[in-house]
Amino acid sequence: MTLALTERERAVADGADGAAASMAMRILAETGRLLGAKRLIPVVSAHIDGAVYHGDSGVYFGERLREGGGKVAVPTTLNVGGLDLVNHTVRQTTHGHDMALRLMRAYEAMGCRPTWTCAPYQAGHRPKAGEQVAWGESNAVAFCNSVLGARTNRYGDFLDICCAILGRAPDYGLHRAENRRATVLVDVTALPDRLKPLDVLYPVLGYWYGQTIGNSIGVVAGLAPDMTEDQLKAFGAASASSGAVGLFHIAGVTPEAPTVEAALGNRKPESVIRLNPADLRAIRDRLSNATASRIDAVALGSPHFSNEEFRQLETLLAGRRVGIPFFVCTGRDVVRKLEAEGRAATLKESGVTIVADTCVVVAPILPEKVGALMTNSGKFAHYMPSNTGYGVIYGSLEDCVESAMSGAVRRDEQVWS
Amino acid sequence: MSAERRSNLRGDVQIAGTAEGKVLKLRQPISFWGGVDQKSGRIADPRHPDHPASVKGTVLVLPGMIGSSSSSYVMAELMMDGNAPAALILPEPDAILALGVMVAAEMGWGSIPVLLLPRAEQAALETGMRVRIAENGLIQGVK
Repeated sequence: MTLALTERERAVADGADGAAASMAMRILAETGRLLGAKRLIPVVSAHIDGAVYHGDSGVYFGERLREGGGKVAVPTTLNVGGLDLVNHTVRQTTHGHDMALRLMRAYEAMGCRPTWTCAPYQAGHRPKAGEQVAWGESNAVAFCNSVLGARTNRYGDFLDICCAILGRAPDYGLHRAENRRATVLVDVTALPDRLKPLDVLYPVLGYWYGQTIGNSIGVVAGLAPDMTEDQLKAFGAASASSGAVGLFHIAGVTPEAPTVEAALGNRKPESVIRLNPADLRAIRDRLSNATASRIDAVALGSPHFSNEEFRQLETLLAGRRVGIPFFVCTGRDVVRKLEAEGRAATLKESGVTIVADTCVVVAPILPEKVGALMTNSGKFAHYMPSNTGYGVIYGSLEDCVESAMSGAVRRDEQVWS
Repeated sequence: MSAERRSNLRGDVQIAGTAEGKVLKLRQPISFWGGVDQKSGRIADPRHPDHPASVKGTVLVLPGMIGSSSSSYVMAELMMDGNAPAALILPEPDAILALGVMVAAEMGWGSIPVLLLPRAEQAALETGMRVRIAENGLIQGVK
């Protein structure tokens, strides 16, 4: 396994562009070598997951890059941070607050856009189909590859900023066309048509897909061509939580799957998986680990809520006030829009806490006394128990709103019968 | 297991180095992020069969690679605080934990050997054995 650097890349490694670029090049080249890449390729944008505080080491690393003159070479957005710098909803120790802030500021100082959202693709960062990029955060990676058709591997903490500083990534995996073909046919044609317009279906379907497919690439056949962007977002986020899904295809919907045959590269699938609608309720139940009849909180917005999702929430609230803590996580660009239109104040009056820049599973935000919580997010359902201690009940957005009125669990079970 | 066979055990070197320690051979794959406490090195996931053992100072043998890419961060944090394993033995190439080791080395927090050893050959290693790892990837039992 050898990775060949160009003359220019070798010069960068030797310090031609400063200490930060040199360190980034050493790390990137070494990682590329371990992964079997033969070379580095240019990327046109990056999305960084490494600026959320998990401990002091990441702060020192970010500051070392910044002090070494690190500047991103391509347009770069930031995933969530460890603090809410807009609405200040995070409880932190003094040390934790200081370090989380230092980490966020170091990445901003390197020229990353302070988007602080896990849905950058809904905050104006949308690379074109076929473009090579370096993105982190599992749901953003899945959306970027699958829905936008741009090409990235799952770049994690440390590596994402190295790629951004150098404008380069190791040439392997999903950067290469031959690795993007579906090999598994996932046949959901037996799904009743009445379910397909319902948002509540997609986290459930995505969670099942991720558990079933592991790290293979599948093409889903049998969904409606008018799937919304928020449904694709929910499907991808759930699938990337339960499995190692970096790319999925949906026939007639996603850009590399105009047809099932095209997604399969006109070859026979190596395996075929069929969804039995009789299993749907049991699959839905995998998203819940609590069976309580009362909930203590609601959490929405993983990935971050879009403006359109806030519209749906406002319609369902219809001016009513919720009776339990109710959190919605979103990006600061959406908060600005809600504030400019006077909607943020109305939501607050309804008892809704808007969390910006971060989210309730990566920062201490939820009430300290843990209990049961309802969410419409497959990703929250997956990470909530281990990260927060809360038990989870999965429901539709409407279920969440209705249950939040008094705390008594109300779910529309007819959907699944 | 004979001493002779032990001395033939050799991993493919991902990151070179020397180490000595007791083997902790995980019975299931683990995601360091969410699975290992970054402050102590203890296995924090109560559903993991090796909970609550600590990875600190062990020659950690992993049967598979799963989980979040934030595991690189947890690995770097363990290295910085001196709570990391003495060596990693992985079944297949994977950049996530190795990346945490590389970052630690760049930051001056030390380094540890990272070796590849296919699962079939991992059978020669058992939890509690004391082994020494050489620069060239040789894994030898220590009395």
